[in-house]
Amino acid sequence: MSEFLFLYRGGDSSGSPEEMQQNMQKWVAWMKELGDSGHLKAIGNPLEPGGKVVKGKQKTITDGPYAEAKDLVGGYTMIEAKDLAQAAELSKGCPIFEKDGFVEVRPIMQINM
Amino acid sequence: MEPRAVELDEHLFRHEAGRMVAALTRIFGVHNLALAEDVVQDAFCRALEVWKFRGVPENPSAWLMATAKHRAIDVLRRERTARTFAPELGRLIESEWTLAPAVHELFGAAAIQDDELRMMFSCCHPRLAEPAQIALILHILCGFSVGEVAAAFLSSNAAIEKRITRAKKVLAGSKKLFELSAADFSTRLSAVHRALYLLFNEGYHGASAESAVRIELCGEALRMAGLLRRHPLAATPATLALGALMCLHAARLPGRVDASGELHTLFEQDRSRWDMDLIAEGQRLLDLSATGSALSEYHVEAAIASVHARARSAEETDWERIVSLYDTLIAIRPSPVVALNRAIAVAQHQGPQRGLDAIRAVDGLDRLASYPFYPATLGELELRGGRPAAAREHFCKALALARNPMERRFIERRINACRE
Repeated sequence: MSEFLFLYRGGDSSGSPEEMQQNMQKWVAWMKELGDSGHLKAIGNPLEPGGKVVKGKQKTITDGPYAEAKDLVGGYTMIEAKDLAQAAELSKGCPIFEKDGFVEVRPIMQINM
Repeated sequence: MEPRAVELDEHLFRHEAGRMVAALTRIFGVHNLALAEDVVQDAFCRALEVWKFRGVPENPSAWLMATAKHRAIDVLRRERTARTFAPELGRLIESEWTLAPAVHELFGAAAIQDDELRMMFSCCHPRLAEPAQIALILHILCGFSVGEVAAAFLSSNAAIEKRITRAKKVLAGSKKLFELSAADFSTRLSAVHRALYLLFNEGYHGASAESAVRIELCGEALRMAGLLRRHPLAATPATLALGALMCLHAARLPGRVDASGELHTLFEQDRSRWDMDLIAEGQRLLDLSATGSALSEYHVEAAIASVHARARSAEETDWERIVSLYDTLIAIRPSPVVALNRAIAVAQHQGPQRGLDAIRAVDGLDRLASYPFYPATLGELELRGGRPAAAREHFCKALALARNPMERRFIERRINACRE
């Protein structure tokens, strides 16, 4: 088994209370499904929208990140899967797609000492 | 670690939205309703992000309420120089010493319950027409978005948006939420009864063919009536009777519109599908409502529904009692629709010909000109009287007046019955 990171990007979470509750419940159900099938290594965390970016040799600190809201990383989860193809397949169940967001699937580098 | 799968109340967000907006509006003042709505939206966004990863907390309502409370304190701190908030709270929220404890108290369970009720009374402002009052209650206290209100009323988003925006302006102009100790409390309570009654009817008789929409609207009306009952000032006999009426009617919903959206009249409903718990609750409330001297229309309508609920079939119904209850109802609130229903009861009791005579004697028949169930009733009684050709003509008129596909299919079935 290899490890992968799901980066949740974008996705409009606003809506009526009813829609937001349904969206939330879909996420909870999806995470549970990942856990039940043994693919969930670490559930991860949501990220606050704002932050600081530190950049350059001068280490200038600015408000950021600059990415547009539709590309912003909103949270991450660590997954276990056979290979990248399976990890990508697993991400298809994510409710973020219904809200115009997307999942970035990144293999975590294997370090064999 | 995966999130715990706590079973959430199906409409928790919707219901908490009403509670939070009411409490925040009390603190910010009605002129800052939009700000209160923003804070509620923020609280839901936060819940959505956190609960996705951490699962639903043990006490989701308390979690949401605490989030809204903290946001409220932030807003009061940040904007107290730029904005005026609820004038009656004045100094309490101006001083850093009293701010947090004051807000904490305003978010107490009893305070929120009062605020919800005060918001309900505020929505029934005499300057607002009844459809605007109902839209406002659904939007503010039941957490329906403009689109959801529009869907429930089969209306356009633009029309409902306009209605709600105008209604909010009237609300904002009323300076503060309605005081339950006000001199015009009982007048306003009658307006609240009427609005909740109409909200319930929209679910029960309304245009939507989706039984889920109907059940939701009736459910919200029941919930609002329950809020009224929990307050000692508002729990009058008429309030109890209104609750009884809603329970007894809602009990029949599963038989009235079936899973495929077909409408069934009281005469053809499968009574085993009626909800016995709701019938019991309705009877209990009806018994409790029998105090005092004032007999409201809700008492009489609940009594009629109670006779139906106790009957095992249409044939075994005490139609004589129903006719006399309709006589009482017409005396309290005369209306051609009520008179038409009375005529149907007369037909059940004394035969179709007497029913037809009773219809011809109805006052204000012309006001039923566009009501599809007027010609449909004529058709039904002609058919029972053994005159299928005349019946068919009436049903065809009814078909032309049908307001939605569900009514259309229902009347088409009756036209087909004339051939048999």
